[in-house]
Amino acid sequence: MTALALEHCDLLIVGAGPAGMAAAVAAAPSGASIAVIEDNPAPGGQIWRDGPGAALPPAARKWRDALERHANIRVCSGTRVVAAPLRNELLLEDAERGWRMQWTKLILCTGARELLLPFPGWTLPGVTGAGGLQALIKAGLPVEGERIVIAGSGPLLLAAAATARAAGAKVVRVAEQASFAAVAGFAASLLRWPRKAAQAVVLADPQYRTSSRVVSAMGATQVESARLLQGDREVAIACDRVACGFGLTPNTQLGRMLGCALTPADAGAQALAVDALQTTSLPGIYAAGECTGFGGSERALAQGTIAGHAAVGNERSAKPHEAERTRWNAFAAQLHRSFALSPDIRRLPRPDTLVCRCEDVPFSALADCSGWTDAKLHRRCGMGACQGRVCGDAAQFLFGWTPPAPRPPLSPARIATLAGLAVPDDDVDRQ
Amino acid sequence: MSTPVLLLHIDGQPVRVKTGSSVAAALRVAGGMGVARSSVTGQPRAPFCGMGVCQECRVLIDGRQRLACQAVCAEGMRVETSE
Repeated sequence: MTALALEHCDLLIVGAGPAGMAAAVAAAPSGASIAVIEDNPAPGGQIWRDGPGAALPPAARKWRDALERHANIRVCSGTRVVAAPLRNELLLEDAERGWRMQWTKLILCTGARELLLPFPGWTLPGVTGAGGLQALIKAGLPVEGERIVIAGSGPLLLAAAATARAAGAKVVRVAEQASFAAVAGFAASLLRWPRKAAQAVVLADPQYRTSSRVVSAMGATQVESARLLQGDREVAIACDRVACGFGLTPNTQLGRMLGCALTPADAGAQALAVDALQTTSLPGIYAAGECTGFGGSERALAQGTIAGHAAVGNERSAKPHEAERTRWNAFAAQLHRSFALSPDIRRLPRPDTLVCRCEDVPFSALADCSGWTDAKLHRRCGMGACQGRVCGDAAQFLFGWTPPAPRPPLSPARIATLAGLAVPDDDVDRQ
Repeated sequence: MSTPVLLLHIDGQPVRVKTGSSVAAALRVAGGMGVARSSVTGQPRAPFCGMGVCQECRVLIDGRQRLACQAVCAEGMRVETSE
């Protein structure tokens, strides 16, 4: 067993979505050595995910080219954070190796994940998240000729429908849980953000229904049909695939593990708390993009730019981007108001519906638990490979349980990576 | 001009996919809805979140456990779905 390699950088950015790309590009003229680590195979985040089924917009290309132009930016794709073994150091792993990365400043651009909620049949092959379907198609999933039902909440449903249709699928229904009044109000508000209004027109879908939610996905070994509640009427729709997403949840795990404070719990999903310069509650650690609350790529770019400038001590250059951030913060607030989840959505699971997909724990086994820790210890909910990323969010929505701050390893890791930490080496700085 | 393809093996069977495809896409090309693994109670599970969160698509790729949705196919890759 050999000790893990130790690398250094002035600025470490976790996540190469719009926020991370903008942060790196803003910080680059300082000459600092910048490392950007990214879980996906290529930079761009979920919104600009590249692949054989993706058509990258010009903005994505522009930011990616900018990353490549700066010799002091190093992008490590396919890389995950495993642990924070020492102050100012992260343990990283890719498909080949594990290593330690020391940083002076850190910017968390860890994005958001889809809120995936349990309903009968949601474990059948052919059921995916809505954004999940989009990501899979971009990465080459063939869906030509498939009949697809998309359900849940938010503009992402329409974006997923457009991606599926462009890939040759037949989108047979888009079911939005929000009311017609809420969606119409959102559409009207888009006049304040003309670029978003233009996108909305492009995404308009004849199969779109409001006040509609999934009841179940059915099939023997894979999806054959879906049941939906449309208003007070239940309908069955034959289909090959069901894609359900109920909005987004900020990825705060790494921030929480490091000790960064969260926003107050009153307004939905909690996010990493930041100040005007995108600094978290910990000095030297910044956060930008969806991990500070979801609100789209424009907001993420503005926040990332501010964080990048601030992290290299160039606060004056950060200032002019504050107005842009304010503008898109308002858009985010409108989005959250319009697509707030109805309490009815809590009635999606039946007693035998699995909530924890890793450990196959049914809803009925959780009903009498006193909280998340009780559910983990006595029902094994959240004890599997996803470490509660999916069922923890679901339990928070269904029961109001708040999972405690995560402990390392932050993501499943190879034994060799973890064991390498224990090998003494000649780094005199180690405590 | 046709799209470049590459050849990999899933559970010993040859599968051809477009260059740049994820292993999750290759599982679907190989048949069915792309089952990657069996759950602890023996149910078939396929890629679900599509972005490296849910861990439902974990498979053995050249002997290492990885997520099919985050892994890009390579020529000659050997993928094994898990029981």
